[in-house]
Amino acid sequence: MKKTIQDCLKERILIIDGAMGTMIQRHKLEEKDYRGHRFADWPSDLKGNNDLLCLTQPDIIEGIHREYLEAGADIIETNTFNAQVISMADYHMESLAFEINVAAARIARKAADDYTSRNPGKPRFVAGAIGPMNKTLSLSPDVNNPGFRAVSFDEVAAAYYEQVKGLVEGGVDLLLIETIFDTLNAKAAIFAIKKYFRDLKQKELPILISGTITDASGRTLSGQTLEAFYVSVMHAKPLSIGLNCALGAVEMRSHIEELSQIAACYTSAYPNAGLPNAMGEYDEQPEQTAHFIEEWAENGFVNIVGGCCGTTPDHIRHIAEHVATIRPRPLPVVEAALS
Amino acid sequence: MRLAGLEPLVVRPETNFLNVGERTNVTGSKKFARLIREGKYEEALSVARQQVENGAQVLDVNMDDALLDGEKAMQTFLNLLQAEPDIARIPIMIDSSKFSIIEAGLKCVQGKCIVNSISMKEGVEKFIEQAIVCKSYGAAVIVMAFDESGQADTLRKKVDISQRAYDILTEKVGYDPEDIIFDPNIFAIATGIEEHNNYAVDFIEAIKEIKQRMPLTRISGGVSNISFSFRGNEPVREAMHSVFLYYAIKAGMDMGIVNAGQLVVYDEIEPKLRDLCEDVILNRNPEATDKLLAFAETVKAKDKAEVKDEAWRKGTVEERLKHALVNGITEHIDADTEEARQKYPKPLEVIEGPLMAGMNVVGDLFGSGKMFLPQVVKSARVMKKSVAVLTPYIEQEKEERRLAHEAAGTTNGESAGAARILLATVKGDVHDIGKNIVGVVLGCNGYDIIDLGVMVPADKILETAKREKVDIIGLSGLITPSLDEMVHVAREMKRQNFEVPLLIGGATTSRMHTAVKIAPEFEKGVVHVLDASRSVTVVGSLLSQEQKPDFLKTIKEEYRKLKEDFANKKSAKQYLSFAQAQENKVKIDWEKFNPVRPGFTGTKAFDGYDLAEIVPYIDWGPFFIAWELHGKFPQILTDEKVGSEATKLYNDAQALLKQIVEEKWLKARAVIGFWPATSDGKDTVTVDAGDAPVRLEFLRQQIKKAPGQPNISLSDFITPKSFGKLDHIGGFAVTIEGIEPHIKRFEAAHDDYNKITLQALADRLAEAFTELLHERVRKEFWGYVKEEHLSNEQLIKEEYMGIRPAPGYPACPDHTEKRKLFALLDATKHTGIILTESLAMYPAASVSGWYFAHPESKYFGVGKIEKDQVMDYADRKGMPLGEVERWLRPVLEYDA
Repeated sequence: MKKTIQDCLKERILIIDGAMGTMIQRHKLEEKDYRGHRFADWPSDLKGNNDLLCLTQPDIIEGIHREYLEAGADIIETNTFNAQVISMADYHMESLAFEINVAAARIARKAADDYTSRNPGKPRFVAGAIGPMNKTLSLSPDVNNPGFRAVSFDEVAAAYYEQVKGLVEGGVDLLLIETIFDTLNAKAAIFAIKKYFRDLKQKELPILISGTITDASGRTLSGQTLEAFYVSVMHAKPLSIGLNCALGAVEMRSHIEELSQIAACYTSAYPNAGLPNAMGEYDEQPEQTAHFIEEWAENGFVNIVGGCCGTTPDHIRHIAEHVATIRPRPLPVVEAALS
Repeated sequence: MRLAGLEPLVVRPETNFLNVGERTNVTGSKKFARLIREGKYEEALSVARQQVENGAQVLDVNMDDALLDGEKAMQTFLNLLQAEPDIARIPIMIDSSKFSIIEAGLKCVQGKCIVNSISMKEGVEKFIEQAIVCKSYGAAVIVMAFDESGQADTLRKKVDISQRAYDILTEKVGYDPEDIIFDPNIFAIATGIEEHNNYAVDFIEAIKEIKQRMPLTRISGGVSNISFSFRGNEPVREAMHSVFLYYAIKAGMDMGIVNAGQLVVYDEIEPKLRDLCEDVILNRNPEATDKLLAFAETVKAKDKAEVKDEAWRKGTVEERLKHALVNGITEHIDADTEEARQKYPKPLEVIEGPLMAGMNVVGDLFGSGKMFLPQVVKSARVMKKSVAVLTPYIEQEKEERRLAHEAAGTTNGESAGAARILLATVKGDVHDIGKNIVGVVLGCNGYDIIDLGVMVPADKILETAKREKVDIIGLSGLITPSLDEMVHVAREMKRQNFEVPLLIGGATTSRMHTAVKIAPEFEKGVVHVLDASRSVTVVGSLLSQEQKPDFLKTIKEEYRKLKEDFANKKSAKQYLSFAQAQENKVKIDWEKFNPVRPGFTGTKAFDGYDLAEIVPYIDWGPFFIAWELHGKFPQILTDEKVGSEATKLYNDAQALLKQIVEEKWLKARAVIGFWPATSDGKDTVTVDAGDAPVRLEFLRQQIKKAPGQPNISLSDFITPKSFGKLDHIGGFAVTIEGIEPHIKRFEAAHDDYNKITLQALADRLAEAFTELLHERVRKEFWGYVKEEHLSNEQLIKEEYMGIRPAPGYPACPDHTEKRKLFALLDATKHTGIILTESLAMYPAASVSGWYFAHPESKYFGVGKIEKDQVMDYADRKGMPLGEVERWLRPVLEYDA
């Protein structure tokens, strides 16, 4: 029988893949490549709708997944960061959100299964990526009207529900709520996941949660401290909690250290490849990133590591090699009896 | 337990008692309630900020107010709160008795909240459902020890219900024990009822047992309940709270909603009081209650001693009169007045001198909000008694002067005294509490009041006004047809070239209606007066030759704008055609509905129902509103501003009520009836009352609703004929009769205070009797609800199944249907209630309406309706369109 992700997490530090966007950029795709045949006549511009490539350029997406699997990733993320109706509205593609999720999950599933069958001792897992979306529930877009909200909880939860349905039907193993800068959006995603499995009367898939600390204040964009964020999402009973994006490994270190001390579940961290330079490019080299993450692993901060913006299969390969023999962070003894 | 706002709050065993900020609660803080009602959210946020600054660790937010859209208020407030990092720092406790408000709140908060509260009150299924929702939002929950059979009041029940809830939450819902907080119900002790004596002990013991059995859970409770029987006596209450918490916290209580700033330190309580409190709380001594009561009396007696401080008796007679007026003391007024009469050259000078000076102080204090209406009316009572002493001498002097003039052959050139104000409740209307209050308040301010009473036709008003040379005419009314009558009076005033201004007041009137409908009819000045306290300034401005022109000009301009706005606004709302509205009726699955047959059909009358049984059903809220004291009962009794006056008024009312009941001053009469009924699937309900069928016509909401929301008509709640099921409709008429001789007696004694209190109590008794009968109808006579356990508070909140809408009120605004109701019930014969030409009921303390039993039936307002519906309605009723439009004018969307 295939090992479960829980089995694997007990044995070693798992590797999650790196940036999807950075890899897509390398293909230098043009408007017509995004459109493919099917959307040749779509009324609005589609360039930049990376998630749509699951439908129009599935081979490119599958190729990127394979590069990361080849580099040693245990977990690959579906190409669905923005694939829900609210973000898709930017392209008038609300009606395609579900289909994109199913297709994205299938592409990743196929690639992962291929690698698992080649080496059953190292099973690969597909994480359905659920991004933060382009509208926030705790922040007003209008500075003069702080009580205003551009979107409602019900709308956000409904959007995520459909995304989750697509991802699960497409065959993902895990659900990853990531790059959370507004905890209430994440709570809507959790709400949607719980409701989906309740409606389906099926056992929930493991949930991975990854927040984003935006700057040196140590808070999320919506103002919560790291611990408050952790407390506010723990009802998801996640397999892991962690941090990604916004910061490079150097800036993320103190936060992942704090999180590793308070978290009762596994921890994850996938920083950017440093901070962007003046051109908006990331230039931290693979061995540099790997070096920082190796230090976290040695200190017992992490269970799942990988990369976010600017990282590449090279970064992932280096990270995987550096942490391969380091013992994973043990799960703390739950202090429930005391609390 | 872990909670979070923008920052985390981790509750550990060594954590002290959690301080929950309670001022951002509309049911507990009058100030906060007012700010929210007035939409002053900025200021409301400052209340929250203050709580945080004062050390609140969790912020309780409650928007349960009948006048508020609770969901919306909760969302607006919480959304704004999120933008204030200094407040949003701490976790929120979302507090409501309505789960929909709780969920609305949960949708706004990124942190981990506490839900306050859920329970098994409505069954396990609902409990599980609500718990799943709370869990999905990651909230901790407060679980009340409450199940289908009621609130747990014994140690056994408290523990058993908590255990049962715990098992369900942890096993079926998957709740973390750390996220469960129990509220095992704190009830009032020392009530004089023996079964209540052990309530505090039961609570404390329950905590211990719950903590032992379920060690990870937390305990919370509403502490102030414990001392409810000592309301009005803050020193005793605070001591009780401290002592109670001292033991409860030791037993394991973790948090509670308490005003921390008002807690006395346990060690600093006067030892004797502390001992007595401990005896009562720990139920250590069978005489504990009596002893604490006796002690409380001494604390109170100290207060009273201050009031009764006879030092003021040492002042001059002027000072004594002023003191008596300001404090409403009648005890010495006769003697003091007599003394003043002998001191002053003329009796009239006593009125113009010291009495008016005293009343001016009263007026100033009232005007600046330092005195409240019941006090003013008490002052008026003193004034009237004093004037009554002087009147015979004044008359005698007049007579002497007249004789002197006669002897000298000259004419009497005395000028008229004070300005005269005529007050009347218009034709067809019988309600006069508000008008009486205005009369008293204006009387206090030195005006001469001519009160024509109720049901006064226009010609009598105008004839009296001319004959008595009044300076102002004031009209009052409570039911909607009175609005038309007021327009009629205004037209008549114009036709007869009146010059004096017209004041409009009463519950059904409004500034808008006055501006749009009445003011245009009479250009010499029409002013809407919101309440008695405003009447003084309005009258003052109108009677001042300097102020009057400017005042009227400002009012006219204001009303012109209102009228314009009104005309502009009208088109803004969207209405459905009547056919579309009918199409969008309430969708009920009639196939699945099995109507319950009432225990009898036809009518059943009650004559002389025991008042003592009715009293517990009284809703005191409106009683205080009648006295212009605003706030929720019983919280109003301890309100920081009006609490002490409200308590005095309440005590006086209780005493009078006791007398009414014991001496059988009033008689409760009623008739109820049930008849087979079918609807035509539209807006007509046909009633089978034995003889010819009676067709009841209902009105339907026509405003465009949100998707999924029906356009409701009451007829939607009766099974359509096509389903062939035997459904019923019910009706009732209730009255409290016999008030007149007592009113006359109080009038003779110049006692407006008791007169108005009596009128208000009669109204309350009529409503309470209606509530009582409705409950018996649900459980017994119709019997469609076999199991119902609702507290009076829940009854007031209309949490019962089925409704009792009254013709002329929002769900069925046509008063003329009342005629059919009265005919079906033979109501006048059974109850003595008479319908006036405006279809008001006399006696004023009367209530009538329909009973609907369908579980989905609910109260609603028809709102404005369009001409297509009105034409159809007139056609169905067989009434000329013009007449229908006259009756329905307040709800017409168009000008007719």
